Amino acid sequence: MAQRRMHDMGGLEAGPIDRREHEPTLVERRIDAMMMILRDKPHALWKTDENRRTIEGLPPELYDGGAYYQRWVESMRRLLVEKGVLSDAEIDARLAEVRARHRGAAGGGS
Amino acid sequence: MRAADLPDARFRVGDRVRVRAAYPPGHIRTPFYLRGRTGRVIGVHGAFPNPERLAWGEDGLPPIPLYEVVFAMAAVWQGDGAYGARDSLAADIYEHWLEEAAT
Amino acid sequence: MSGADGRGPQGLAHSHDHGHDRREHGHRHDHEAAAHGHSHPFQPDLQEPSQDWEFLEIALRELLIEKGVLSAREIAEKIDQWDRRTPQNGAEVIARAWVDPDYKARLLADGNAAVAELGYPFEGLELIAVENTPQRHHMVVCTLCSCYPRQLLGIPPLWYKSRAYRSRAVREPRAVLAEFGTVLPEDVEVRVLDSTADCRYLVIPMRPAGTEGLSEADLAALVTRDSMIGTAQARAPHPAPTA
Repeated sequence: MAQRRMHDMGGLEAGPIDRREHEPTLVERRIDAMMMILRDKPHALWKTDENRRTIEGLPPELYDGGAYYQRWVESMRRLLVEKGVLSDAEIDARLAEVRARHRGAAGGGS
Repeated sequence: MRAADLPDARFRVGDRVRVRAAYPPGHIRTPFYLRGRTGRVIGVHGAFPNPERLAWGEDGLPPIPLYEVVFAMAAVWQGDGAYGARDSLAADIYEHWLEEAAT
Repeated sequence: MSGADGRGPQGLAHSHDHGHDRREHGHRHDHEAAAHGHSHPFQPDLQEPSQDWEFLEIALRELLIEKGVLSAREIAEKIDQWDRRTPQNGAEVIARAWVDPDYKARLLADGNAAVAELGYPFEGLELIAVENTPQRHHMVVCTLCSCYPRQLLGIPPLWYKSRAYRSRAVREPRAVLAEFGTVLPEDVEVRVLDSTADCRYLVIPMRPAGTEGLSEADLAALVTRDSMIGTAQARAPHPAPTA
């Protein structure tokens, strides 16, 4: 059965184009920068097509519902685990710590 | 850089080609909407590692000839789109996705 | 990347202090928006990261730095490198092509070499320049992801990466063009280029009428990012020349 994959969207119906400008935020530019550094020599941890393949395999709600760089950072996480650079356990632990830190810093948090 | 005359390229500029109507799993750089469509080779870009293998961390060698193929919008969408009679669409397609089109 | 990276877009005060200890509290600085020479209605980074994926960036970065995989300096330098790649670099290339037919011929024959001539390295991918004419208008999209000549023009606009643009550009290009305010006569061929592989496309827009006397720098100011993607045409000179 002919299957169109989620990312392969040429010709599908879609609404008007949101043409608002958005200057990439610092977080977004850091994601972009890290992705490029780790891909390029001397790191050469992965190839562009591996990043694409990983993004194409993200859960649909993330692919469509998420911000562009959310897809990238989620892909980076998966690639870092796939390549054995980081483990899911250490990422989850650090993520919990970062969340707590920022929610505390924001004040008024629970 | 643009190897116009790649010695082992199967197709040449001007050839009519059909994109294979294949639907394999995996990382594919041939858009769904072009599969099974017929166009014309307007450029031979050279040979490049196969992205379908690069996607899994392999070297993608031997490199595969890459063609610029132009399609009439009408041939792709068959009336179901907003385009002019002369409008066209071009995409870069790897050789293993192309076959000779009936003339 | 080559030594040409030391070069900023011409005439821009790109002095910035980033590169040093950019923390998540450091933010964009107003001078950057001004220095880029075009307006940005949104400056959304003036708040703390609040989304979970933003926290994920922080977590990954901290771990990578602690393990010695990356350094903060490496990241800062890479950000700087990308900040220097802006549509103005492309505009400079186009303006040169408009005034110098030999340069245009070189740009059309070998885009990588031609942009490198002006100090903009374009590596690892083929840069292909396509020329808009009274007979044919090109418009670039990447339906599969977000391929874009970013080594020259910088990070693509959000709309270029959006579902709406990626889905519709190949099937209803004239409707998409109309949303960008670009209406072309029926006898002009609209050719949509879907960037599916290792080639990146740069559109050479048509040189606007009434620009014969303009300097290269004034011409470059007419070349918008969107005109190099092909969703728009180059700007008309302003103010309109008077007889």
